[in-house]
Amino acid sequence: MDLNLTEEQELIVGMVRRFVREEVLPLELDLDPDADELEPVDRDRLVEKTRGMGLYGLDIPPEYGGPDIDLVTRTLIAIEMSQHRAGLYAPCYGTFGGAGLAQLFEATDDQKERYLYPTLRGEKRGFFGLSEPSGGSDPARAIQTKAVLDGDDWIINGSKLWISGADRADFGLVFARTDSDKGRNGITCFIVDTDNPGFHVRRIVHTLRSAHYATELQFEDMRIPSSNILGEVNRGFAIANERLTRQRIPYAAGCIGVAVKAQEMALDYVPQRETFGAPLSTRQSIQWMLVDNEIDIKQSIWITLEAATKADRGEPFRKEAAMAKLVATEAGGRVVDRCMQMFGGLGVAKDLPFERWYREMRIRRIGEGPNEVQRHVIARELLGASFR
Amino acid sequence: MAVRLNKPWQTLSEASARLRGNLGVFQFADASGGVIYIGFAGGRSLYGLKGEVRDMAALVPDATQVRWEVNTAYQSRFRELLWAHNADFGALPKYNIELNHRPVRIGRLSPG
Repeated sequence: MDLNLTEEQELIVGMVRRFVREEVLPLELDLDPDADELEPVDRDRLVEKTRGMGLYGLDIPPEYGGPDIDLVTRTLIAIEMSQHRAGLYAPCYGTFGGAGLAQLFEATDDQKERYLYPTLRGEKRGFFGLSEPSGGSDPARAIQTKAVLDGDDWIINGSKLWISGADRADFGLVFARTDSDKGRNGITCFIVDTDNPGFHVRRIVHTLRSAHYATELQFEDMRIPSSNILGEVNRGFAIANERLTRQRIPYAAGCIGVAVKAQEMALDYVPQRETFGAPLSTRQSIQWMLVDNEIDIKQSIWITLEAATKADRGEPFRKEAAMAKLVATEAGGRVVDRCMQMFGGLGVAKDLPFERWYREMRIRRIGEGPNEVQRHVIARELLGASFR
Repeated sequence: MAVRLNKPWQTLSEASARLRGNLGVFQFADASGGVIYIGFAGGRSLYGLKGEVRDMAALVPDATQVRWEVNTAYQSRFRELLWAHNADFGALPKYNIELNHRPVRIGRLSPG
């Protein structure tokens, strides 16, 4: 793995860094500290700029109109995009666009017309409905939502939990059990319209994260045509699993970006802040916190870029993606915690972004598969079939 | 926690004496008891709920009663109350529309 950025990568990273500092950070001075969306006029203006930069829709394949950018570069961009208050869950407030549900690139032509293209044009929004009250880390066993064939349609009954964006979505990918005897080979992915009778958003699930919340869904005799199956019947688990693995890299990158920004703020602050007649930066306890931060950040960057490099090469990257998610979420939490400590009372006030990062970073150790599950994935890869 | 706010209504003057500087959400009702505005006191609200209720009452002339809930997850709770009102009455509260105090994209909820 080459540790040096190419000229093109340096250029892109610099461009995104300026965008965040000159366009996004000033807007946050007036936004609510927990905001996750911009006023339409600001959003439209920023989207114009990201389009002008040629960076809109970063994860959209070039054959669908996206820029042709490899995953390593996208990871570097994601690290930059999250360096603001809302950066963990709303990097640049969505002004870089995105593919949304990348699984739809594998959809049928008819499904692409109805769901993928409107999503890429920004006309429709989707949600990813996998986790259930019975659990989210082990979807092969935890999925209890059932779909039963009735003529050419499927009737879905059950519930989902921790589903982001479902209350404001036009459709979603819902995973349901279609064969109760086949474990992971008995799950099917359905594309579900949210105006379908039988689709209910029962409540918002309030957590540490005030904006960008999750919802609880219920399906009551929801009738879905067979033409809305994504992929094949009983082959939905592979769709879910592929997404879970790939998602871990940008998830890690977001944590790294916040850690980088927190460290930058601390490095600016400690030489200015005096206690007992000397700047904080002269105190060994502060210096060691900064050093530990730097080590945490560097480790996270290299592990995450290694995962992205392997993915770009088409090599297996499940273990590396799990390591990136694990290391970056834990390191990010430690870095933000240390920075709060260095800022003292200011660190926990809503005047500064640390308290939001602290709350949201805690969720990252659980979201996209708890870190204990990541360790399980890594152990399984290390020990091979004998472990199973 | 119930989806809908079920705290007791209080007159604005009663509330003024009881409200503190907490983060949270609140609703205004008119004389008939109908909800006409849903708001929140967030991290930039001076004096939290106390200041926000006072300031917004000046912009919502029909408001005669208020009820509130102290809640640090005020963004998600604010949206939940708006979605629930929309589900119950088919529209957002009158003054959320008039003052454009609403999220950019309105969500759906079937609270049951």
